[in-house]
Amino acid sequence: MTMIGKSVDRREDDRLLTGKGRYLDDLELPGTLHAAFLRSPHAHARILAVDAAAARQAPGVVAVFSGADLPEIQKPLAPKVMHPKLKDFPRLPMPPEEVHYVGEPVAIVVAESRYLAEDALELIEVDYETLPAVASTAAALAENAPLAHSGADDNIAVTLVQRSGNTDEVLKSAPHTLSGEFFVMRGGGHSMEPRAVAARFEPATGQVTIWDTTQSPHYARQQLSVIYEMAEDDIRVIAPADVGGGFGPKAQFYGEEVVVPWVAIKLGRTVKWVEDRQENFVSTMMERSQTHRIEVGFDDDGHLLAVRDYIEHDQGAYCAGLQVPSITTSTVPGPYRIPNIHTELYACYTNMVPTSSVRGAGRPQAVFAMERMMDRVAEYLELDPAEVRRRNLIQADEFPYRVGIMFRDGSPLTYDSGNFPKLLEGTLERLGYEEARARQERARAEGRYVGIGIAVYVEGCGLGPYEGAKVRLTNQGKILVTLAAAGQGQGYETVYAQIAADALGLDMEHIEVATGDTSRIPFGQGTFASRITATAGPAVFDAALQMRERLVDTAAQLLGCDPAGLSFSGDRATLDGDPEKSMSLLDIARVANIGKHGITLPVGIKPGIETVSYFAPERAAYASGAHAAIVEVDPDTGAIDVQNYVIGHDCGNVINPRLVDGQVLGGFAHGIGNAMYEEPFYDAEGQPQAASYLDYSLVSATEVPPVELFHMHTPSPLNPLGVKGAGEGGTIPAPAAIANAVEDALRPLRARIDRAPVTPARISDAVYSAVKG
Amino acid sequence: MPEISVTVNGEPHEEAVDDRLTLADFLRERLRLTGTHLGCEHGVCGACTVIVDGAAVRSCLMLAAQADGAEVETVESLADDHGLNPLQEAFKKHHALQCGFCTPGFLMSVTAALREEPIEDADQARDVLSGNICRCTGYRGLVQAVLDAGAAK
Ligand code: FES
Ligand code: FES
Repeated sequence: MTMIGKSVDRREDDRLLTGKGRYLDDLELPGTLHAAFLRSPHAHARILAVDAAAARQAPGVVAVFSGADLPEIQKPLAPKVMHPKLKDFPRLPMPPEEVHYVGEPVAIVVAESRYLAEDALELIEVDYETLPAVASTAAALAENAPLAHSGADDNIAVTLVQRSGNTDEVLKSAPHTLSGEFFVMRGGGHSMEPRAVAARFEPATGQVTIWDTTQSPHYARQQLSVIYEMAEDDIRVIAPADVGGGFGPKAQFYGEEVVVPWVAIKLGRTVKWVEDRQENFVSTMMERSQTHRIEVGFDDDGHLLAVRDYIEHDQGAYCAGLQVPSITTSTVPGPYRIPNIHTELYACYTNMVPTSSVRGAGRPQAVFAMERMMDRVAEYLELDPAEVRRRNLIQADEFPYRVGIMFRDGSPLTYDSGNFPKLLEGTLERLGYEEARARQERARAEGRYVGIGIAVYVEGCGLGPYEGAKVRLTNQGKILVTLAAAGQGQGYETVYAQIAADALGLDMEHIEVATGDTSRIPFGQGTFASRITATAGPAVFDAALQMRERLVDTAAQLLGCDPAGLSFSGDRATLDGDPEKSMSLLDIARVANIGKHGITLPVGIKPGIETVSYFAPERAAYASGAHAAIVEVDPDTGAIDVQNYVIGHDCGNVINPRLVDGQVLGGFAHGIGNAMYEEPFYDAEGQPQAASYLDYSLVSATEVPPVELFHMHTPSPLNPLGVKGAGEGGTIPAPAAIANAVEDALRPLRARIDRAPVTPARISDAVYSAVKG
Repeated sequence: MPEISVTVNGEPHEEAVDDRLTLADFLRERLRLTGTHLGCEHGVCGACTVIVDGAAVRSCLMLAAQADGAEVETVESLADDHGLNPLQEAFKKHHALQCGFCTPGFLMSVTAALREEPIEDADQARDVLSGNICRCTGYRGLVQAVLDAGAAK
């Protein structure tokens, strides 16, 4: 192996640094019309009438459609992850009768420019009958709560119980029990490039081409083929080479993705819609909002005996899938040995924008609840929080470790590999834990509030069902690696060329990588859940190994030698390094791929050099990590100063260390946002109150504290590359680590930090209630 | 429709523009300089930053008509036939970009700042970067790139 494990420069960078990126809105699509959506101003309302006559007459307007004008596409967008007990309310692309959140699309205007389309939006009259709205899970579950969907019995989407052991009994008999209630706030993906869709119909072939900023082009095509009742082959979905960040929301499927191409088909014109930031705030899926009521039973030494967690999950107005809450329930146990576990999930409908995965996907909430309780156990027993963790961690020789409950991929939750104790110790050592405790003592003596927070986690990643790769010798004599997976800045063009280079024994310069186009590879799932390196990675490796064999075989036939004697030098297969006995990739392509029209192939040559491999992991792989922070808190203002932060990270083998660091550090910034800043408030009527970056704070370079990052590499036995996922580890434990550190700082006051983000106002409140007693 | 004459990346343009056309849309749609990106259109993210008469400006908050008589520089002006400029090289070396959507704005903000004064320490670098938002990188590579390019000056 020479390329795997190397911090190679990214191939993507030159075009991105010079303004030559090809983001969706940059693509040259001649004759394009521009679309704008009219969105519901109400959280819950019945649509009585839509009058678009004036809008249709407005300058530059080509067409206006309300939901009722497009009955043929008013079919439910299916939840990604279902459950037989799910009470599903149809999520329609553009509902004609009832809207369920502010921002839900009600009508589309297509015009010569976005300016003109927006002008016309204002001329559309919609007669609404407003209905009572639900804007939190607490409101959703309250007695006599208003109904988020008229005609429902209640606001519960599903109740799911996961059990192992006998939690009820053990909690009754445990020497000690403690309980806590924790809340994690909603938050968004906030990719810097908002969502966008463009579509062009070819009447001559009946095919529609769709450019979509999606993380999952094949998934989008699948959905569209069902809704449009069209063959998949007539729908081509392309995720452009450059997509400006994904982070989960772009892996979901939205009404706009159905409406825009359909309108393009109807009008026979190219139509483009680019979401603006205002729309992104109200119509792009969010995540996170959960309340955990957790109870733990433990012995005198702090060994956990049982954990019970009641979880309220905010599903938003519709269920886009149960992936997030199911990930939450299986993340609760984390890196600890817990003989008895009981989780009970109440996923609720509310009248807010639907929720689905955002970087971390259900894990930060579970880690928040569990890690807060680990600190509470330590406090109760007057033990060191690090020591309580040590006593409960699954040990390095216990893998594969069966947790006793199921993971969301449908398999029993089984950790494949890891070394949690070493990860924790490494993190504490780099933080200077003992010294930090001593410093904390001195600070306290001076009346200063310094705290240390630790959070350890396990992340299921590399999920199935499969991902694939196609490798072809092109007629230009290059090796083209095609992935179904679409990148959003992870560096796929570089990473998969590295993997292919090693398998082929060829230099990277002869290898090209293409991604995210359903017409180039038939099957795929998409980029989400930190899964691509562990699924597409092995597929690329295997397809490239097969390719090497084909190339060498063909060259050997042509050179009349034994394939074993051949190796590559530059783009030539040579025998014992003899340039006389060599063939270039182009020579091979000329014979085996291009051939001579109508002439029989030379004996022994197999035609068409293309190899394909699909990799289906047996189950999810588990990355792990530990975060630790030292903070100082000003109890008067609630300000937090993060003085030191260390991340220990284990995602198995690493293909390109620099890019993995980038993933973790980027995720960490997102985690700090969730921990301290990001909060999309809704009022009690379901009106979003933070719908611009003036009210919703994204962290900038001054807010993200400097951080020390180190890696361990426990290979996964589940794939031949030994890799796991790295996209979310920086995010998952950050809110827990910060909240633990802040509560630890305020321990002399016994102030309780139960909610994330931990904002100055929340800290002041906590201090006030503690002091008031 | 006002007629404007504006120099963009050294090239003069005479154009009739709608009163309300933003400078960002003018650059992107009229001149097809699509390196300037729109991330928020309300002046916070900085993705649309360009240099107008020497100052870093958010092109989403400026009208094309206001650029009449101005010299505008966009990300497309940074590299030349010999390749990336030192700041771009530093971005590449320090992995200061992932999806790259925010990158042109950062490059232009930092370019303007470095013309004003050298950037010598991490705090100063973070200050200069704080007018732009990047959701992907976590900023460490950006800070290193700015320090590197600042030192190279
Ligand atoms: S697009 Fe101009 S500042 Fe965000
Ligand atoms: S690189 Fe993606 S937003 Fe900065």
